[in-house]
Amino acid sequence: MILAVCAVPAAVVFAAFWLLPMVRLVLLPASKGWTTYFAVLTEPRYLQSLWQTTLLSAVVTLVSLAVAAAVGLYLGRRQFAGRRLLLSVLTLPLSFPGVIVGFFVILMGGRQGPFASLTEAVFSERITFAYGVTGLFLAYVYFSLPRAIASFTAVAERMEPELEEAARSLGAQRWHIARDVWWPALQPTALAVGAIVFATAMGAFGTAFTLASRFEVLPITIYNEFTNYANFALAASLSITLGLVTWAVLFVARRFGAASVGVGA
Amino acid sequence: MKRALKRCSATHQQGRLDAPVLLSVTLLVTLFTVLPMLLSITAGLSNNFTRGVASGLTTRWIVEVWSLYGSTVWSSVLLALSCMVLVLCIGVPCAWALARSESRAARVFEDLLTLPVAVPGLASALALILAYGELRGFRQSFLFILAGHVVFTLPFMVRTASAAFARPDLQSLDEAARSLGASFLQRFFGVLVPAVAPSIVAGSLMVFTLSVGEFNLTWMLHTPLTRTLPVGLADSYASMRIEIGSAYTLVFFTVILPILWAMQAVARWTEKAYGSKLG
Amino acid sequence: MDQNLANGAEPFNAAPSTRIEVMECAKTYVGGVQALCPTSLTVQPGEVLALLGPSGCGKTTLLRVIAGLIDPDRGGRIAFNGKDVTVRPIEKRSVGMVFQHYALFPQMTVEGNIGYGLRVRGVPAPQIRRRVGEVIDLVRLTGLEKRRPAQLSGGQRQRVALARAVAVQPRVLLLDEPLTALDAKLKEALRDELAQLLRELHITAVHVTHDQTEALAIADRLAVMQAGRIVQVGRGEDLYRQPGHPFVAEFLGRVNRLQRDPTANAGVALGGVELACPAALHRQTTLLVRPEDVQIHLGTAPPFAAQGTSWGQARVLQRSFLGNRVQLRLMVLGQADVLVSDQPRDCAAAVNDTVHITIDPACLMPASLNAVSC
Repeated sequence: MILAVCAVPAAVVFAAFWLLPMVRLVLLPASKGWTTYFAVLTEPRYLQSLWQTTLLSAVVTLVSLAVAAAVGLYLGRRQFAGRRLLLSVLTLPLSFPGVIVGFFVILMGGRQGPFASLTEAVFSERITFAYGVTGLFLAYVYFSLPRAIASFTAVAERMEPELEEAARSLGAQRWHIARDVWWPALQPTALAVGAIVFATAMGAFGTAFTLASRFEVLPITIYNEFTNYANFALAASLSITLGLVTWAVLFVARRFGAASVGVGA
Repeated sequence: MKRALKRCSATHQQGRLDAPVLLSVTLLVTLFTVLPMLLSITAGLSNNFTRGVASGLTTRWIVEVWSLYGSTVWSSVLLALSCMVLVLCIGVPCAWALARSESRAARVFEDLLTLPVAVPGLASALALILAYGELRGFRQSFLFILAGHVVFTLPFMVRTASAAFARPDLQSLDEAARSLGASFLQRFFGVLVPAVAPSIVAGSLMVFTLSVGEFNLTWMLHTPLTRTLPVGLADSYASMRIEIGSAYTLVFFTVILPILWAMQAVARWTEKAYGSKLG
Repeated sequence: MDQNLANGAEPFNAAPSTRIEVMECAKTYVGGVQALCPTSLTVQPGEVLALLGPSGCGKTTLLRVIAGLIDPDRGGRIAFNGKDVTVRPIEKRSVGMVFQHYALFPQMTVEGNIGYGLRVRGVPAPQIRRRVGEVIDLVRLTGLEKRRPAQLSGGQRQRVALARAVAVQPRVLLLDEPLTALDAKLKEALRDELAQLLRELHITAVHVTHDQTEALAIADRLAVMQAGRIVQVGRGEDLYRQPGHPFVAEFLGRVNRLQRDPTANAGVALGGVELACPAALHRQTTLLVRPEDVQIHLGTAPPFAAQGTSWGQARVLQRSFLGNRVQLRLMVLGQADVLVSDQPRDCAAAVNDTVHITIDPACLMPASLNAVSC
């Protein structure tokens, strides 16, 4: 009885401001006919957008995991002056909104940025990378890395140094240790962090919005359908697709024994 | 709770095996992370971005940002604080109920609660607009954005606090208080909440951080009169010169980061004061 | 067991026995903490040497220096069979190591763990299979080949760790508190097994432990360590009988302390009589004596004084039955000394009885020595 009373306020807020609106959203495309649900599959433009988003997110996930694992292994397994400071600097972007990360890329690789000036001086041509897929990729990696680094560092701190010493005493080389000691220890975390990074990249809107990229990702497609064309049913249908994909990835990761990692900071 | 068995660095063989590759990756990542921050800070203080600091330092961009967007700073801080308080009030009792209940319904509810995190913010925002867009007064107030932030941040608090409430030592603490004749409210506020204080503080910190930086939902939910800091940032990036965007980013750093650091200090202090008592 | 070992022992002699020489090895950590004073030590080919001492005495540091996990300070050298290996990292040193917490690879099976060292050396698969089979027989793990470490008991894990270390036929075997994580009963069984296995392997081994019984049971020689240096090296019996240092006397087994006043008399007062004091102990104010060397005699009349032995008197304070013996706490009459005496389990002494006691002067040991530092 007391349990129920305690849970009621949260349940009411959740139902009123998420669950019921969401149910309405899910039912909305039906008003334009059942086929609206499959718009993402039938319309090549949307399918390409979904495909591009998935591919980009997958590559971002793999690169972030590999890089963050290296950093985590370095920071987690040794003590040196300034280690804590370095770690807090590296995880600082966790509190940045996506729009700021997009802006960083514009600053670095935009028309007025140092990269453009540098390439002009060297090749007498102003090269920009901010507005294409490279810019998106770098921005996504920028906001994915801090979370992955924080998680991998925490795991590396808990790793048994004896295991590595045992492998070395048996004659293991550097890559043997990476394969037989580091990878098995990091793998559950890699799965969990990978799923979160992938899901976040799939739904990242602010970064793509700021970059106004020529490379269209699904959140931007949804936004355009909603604001520019007022096509609510279609926007709802695409949102459902996006939600299903991210939810499925997180679900599968949990099924395959991903270590539990704080979803947030 | 799980205190990592930290061996002293003395027993750690260093410098032989892994240094070159891992060290260079770490250095590159540090550069990759820090360089844009530094560039954005200098750009916000320089007369001209392309010519850099050589064009002279100025505060005029910051002054301009403050007159144009100053209100968004306070809106965002207030919004994040209200969101934090609300989530605390409804999330902590809910977390306790979920930790104690063994019913199937509780598990289903717990899974449902985390959906707003899994589903992209854009979809949640669309749903909110479609459901409540007609209610003009609500739609045009900050309460609309607040509603979105609360459902989005609620699972973070509930999961953090509920994991803490589920600790076995807490069960016996509760039973001890009961055996001494404490009522439910006395136990909840006098025993249980202090015992999980570090987790609750950590959860609050997470909620504040997420709310202050939230853009995906907020961009859809805002109106010209209800703008938050990230919304203002996106607006300035799209329509103002790059120096103003940089100055605005600098304002974000100088206002938000000290608040976050102060809260982190509080979190660490709570962890020290309350955390160590109960292994 | 014996049969297994007899069968398995043959192929393990293949690795030639190695002499380990530690020359002036010290270790100072960042911050100036000296964990190991300059130490020299030689372990003979095929010998099992125990590094024995309380925690923090530097025994693990010394083992890790020998292993190549820690570099000694400048000037220290390690040689195997006369060949300097100081700059060789552990993976090139050909040492087998057994860790306190096993350090088994959790994702690999028993076979996988044991064959690991051979795999990373690129040994052909059929050879690995044969060798792993032999070692599994040797440590009696037959039938458990496909299990993972999580599915094994503590004793089985320790056997896998040992098998993994010897599978590569290392030049030396280094054991870091290998039995400490096991419970008492199992520890005893595994201790005897390990002792026998090391004899059969004829491998040079260094065994780190803080447990004196374990060291005595397993090792040919003991190096007792304290505060970063080796206090004494020798055979267990010699160290126990003739400790060269009071720390050794107190660390190996239990000792009683007996006060005397060297200025007042030349002997040792014991409950109303005076025992002869050996010349070497004349300056000592405190003497040490082992519980089993405190002899008692029951009954009212003092026993026959043979060969100049004189008997003093003491009162029984406490009598503890310990299964294989009885332990008495005795208050020496007229003195502040309380002595512990080990007696056969049928000892009839009761609390508050007055008994006659004596000590063979040859069993007295000095309690202080000029302090040595590094």
